[in-house]
Amino acid sequence: MVKPFAITLDPGSSLANHTGLWRSSRPVYVDRLPPCNNACPAGEDIQGWLFHAEGGDYEKAWRALVQNNPLPAVVGRVCYHPCEGACNRSQVDAPVSIHSVERFLGDEAIKRGWKFAPPPPASGKNVLVVGAGPSGLSAAYHLTRLGHAVTIHEAGPLAGGMMRFGIPKYRLPRAVLDAEVQRILDLGVTIKLNSKVANIAQSMKAGSFDAAFLAVGAHIGKRAFIPAGDATRIVDAVSVLQRMEGADLPELKLMLGRRVVVYGGGNTAMDVARTAKRLGASEAIIVYRRTREKMPAHDFEVEEALQEGVMIKWLSTIKQAGEGSITLEKMALDEKGFPQPTGEFETLGADSVVLALGQDVDLSLLDGVPGLEIKDGTVQVASNMMTGHPGIFAGGDMVPSERTVTVAIGHGKKAARHIDAWLRGNSYVPAPKHELAGFERLNTWYYTDAPKTVQPQLDIIRRRTTFEEVQGGLDETNALYEARRCLSCGNCFECDNCYGVCPDNAVIKLGPGKRFEFNYDYCKGCGVCVAECPCGAITMVDEDI
Amino acid sequence: MSFQPVKFYQTGTFTVGNRLLAPEERSVQASAHRFNSLTSGHRACQGCGEALGARYAIDAAMEACHGQLIAANATGCLEVFTTPYPETSWQIPWMHSVFGNAAAVATGIAAALKVKGRKEVRVIAQGGDGGTTDIGFGCLSGMFERNDDVLYICYDNGGYMNTGVQRSSATPPAARTATTMAVGPEPGNPFGQGKFVPAIAMAHDIPYVATATVADLHDLEAKVRRAMELHGARYIHIFVPCPLGWGTDSSDTIRIARLAKETGLFPVFEAERGEVTAVLKIRKRTPVEDYLKPQKRFAHLFGEHPRSDTIARIQALADKNILKYGLLAEGG
Repeated sequence: MVKPFAITLDPGSSLANHTGLWRSSRPVYVDRLPPCNNACPAGEDIQGWLFHAEGGDYEKAWRALVQNNPLPAVVGRVCYHPCEGACNRSQVDAPVSIHSVERFLGDEAIKRGWKFAPPPPASGKNVLVVGAGPSGLSAAYHLTRLGHAVTIHEAGPLAGGMMRFGIPKYRLPRAVLDAEVQRILDLGVTIKLNSKVANIAQSMKAGSFDAAFLAVGAHIGKRAFIPAGDATRIVDAVSVLQRMEGADLPELKLMLGRRVVVYGGGNTAMDVARTAKRLGASEAIIVYRRTREKMPAHDFEVEEALQEGVMIKWLSTIKQAGEGSITLEKMALDEKGFPQPTGEFETLGADSVVLALGQDVDLSLLDGVPGLEIKDGTVQVASNMMTGHPGIFAGGDMVPSERTVTVAIGHGKKAARHIDAWLRGNSYVPAPKHELAGFERLNTWYYTDAPKTVQPQLDIIRRRTTFEEVQGGLDETNALYEARRCLSCGNCFECDNCYGVCPDNAVIKLGPGKRFEFNYDYCKGCGVCVAECPCGAITMVDEDI
Repeated sequence: MSFQPVKFYQTGTFTVGNRLLAPEERSVQASAHRFNSLTSGHRACQGCGEALGARYAIDAAMEACHGQLIAANATGCLEVFTTPYPETSWQIPWMHSVFGNAAAVATGIAAALKVKGRKEVRVIAQGGDGGTTDIGFGCLSGMFERNDDVLYICYDNGGYMNTGVQRSSATPPAARTATTMAVGPEPGNPFGQGKFVPAIAMAHDIPYVATATVADLHDLEAKVRRAMELHGARYIHIFVPCPLGWGTDSSDTIRIARLAKETGLFPVFEAERGEVTAVLKIRKRTPVEDYLKPQKRFAHLFGEHPRSDTIARIQALADKNILKYGLLAEGG
């Protein structure tokens, strides 16, 4: 070959030079567990459904959401969102308002009439679910999707459990609850209302059920001994909230009177005080023995109650209840933080006293079932949600745990998986959890500052007088905005950063939805991609040298 | 602003791309079909800022002129690691020059193209800070003064790195190099020397002068695009960290460049005909210690006997830049 002057070799490309040989550690793509998912009692893949919502594909987002939770419009309203407490974005500006996006998706599904995918072919197994509260409905939904025939026995006249008979309408409009319950029933779940299970063993035998999931809730209001005259009206909060659903509203109003004292410091106390206010009480006063910091009620509930004119007597107990007034004793916290009586008394005008001191479980249906362990008024279950009696599982408020709708839904899902495995004669082993995507894994430089969207709130006057929903929803534009505030912690969202910042062109872009791949022929292992990945979805692994 | 921030997307403003953005809103580097003008297999160190900056800039220029580009390259790291004869990492028409004459070679190419009537072919000259601010400075100034139709890109890593990290006129004060050791009462590079070539380029009143860093890709690409829209002598000065010469972790290249901008030590701006037209504001003002501390070339300022006096002098330089170029956002 004749070469130009002074040229002796053919020019070649540096691609022949595999610089990957220099590497002592290699970058690897990973998926880490976002803190929101980790905190969700219902085990939702929040980052996963937000990913679809970010792209504006709300139906896909909703379908991803209901893989774990069949009641998003309800949960988006009533959940105390531990996910938002864990959200990494709170360290940038404010957490993503996950619940409002969830609610938007739930409402969108109701509006557009989205249905669940039809269940798989029948397994031939029958499962009895006792109680149509969040836990029972969740278990029924998941069991049906696993191919089992489910019958729910509900003691009450309507499905919903505490979602209907405990949570006031201004927090959860009944049309929303009805729509989501109906969607579960449409899947092929049989429900028998007004059908209290008196004895579980008999009911199982009579219906030839292969397994049972008990979720009867905790409906018996705890009592406290208060010396009282005959004419004093003392009721418990659960029955007040229950009667709100019934026909005897005028009677209830009359019974509560104009000055209502609520005894207790939990969310139920807030609910009942706010309800009394809406029923026309001129004074709704909560009496609580400790301080605001020690109060178990959630802060926003306390705040909203105060805004609506509910008054709170801190550090007080009810010593005696008479006709038209009660006697309070002032308390003081000791060095351990426990309230101690001070001997100082005061009198408070009151037409009625509502006890909101917690609830007990009606365990009578379990009489005579061998192997069960009852402790502190709750049924003990193993990690697979099974009671001591093989084939009988339990969840929700009747087992020891935090008593919230979302926890109950999580129990239902978990129990369904274990019941399914038990019916098939094996055991359910959950997939190992990914490593947590903590804030230190993120490169927040890349996230544009975008403060949280504020949900509209109902006018204060209407809040005091009506049962209209207090919290408004988001519309499509701000729901999209809110979804896009998600940092996608620990999971690639295809921002192209690794592909762009590699000084060696050693990242291959695989196209939309397919993420990226490293070209280890040329990757020198500098780690720039790891440092510049906004969401912490790449890690360095040592090479064997 | 030279680039438009995209509001309310997860990351649209600052990341390379984003699946939610329209393709035209993404950077050139986000495209699966980018030119990769500087391709894999080059022999730059791990985490080389110059290799990254060169691909960013030349890919953007290639995009702007539809691949009709010739580059003249000064001797330096960029040439040594990309083109050890007989192989090359460049996927563009590329011409070797000696250390000091890249600007003059590019002028010649531009003249030849003019004679041949090849108006569509554009010319770039590129080199490191040694070949630009020191050795090639005469040729560069001449190119500016004649307003030759060349875009000159300087990749500033603050020293002669491939020959063993010697000082250049772009080496920052107090930095340790092989020729400015960290000894004596004023260790490292002396204060009050060196020169800021973007300001000198502006003094030539040429059509376009800009600075950029490898930490702000969208800004860098917008500046190359703007430069390619114009004719005559244009100059872009890109700040490119050098893990070897600066003693930084190879994964910190972009972070260090970001800190140089956020401290104000490296002002990022653009100027047309000698007047500053836009500056890239500091997003989160940062003390110079944050920039200096991760770099071993400044290690003698910390340790057992910290040189707070020297750090204060460096901070004063940053503050001066902030004031001079108006780097703080309003209310920031």
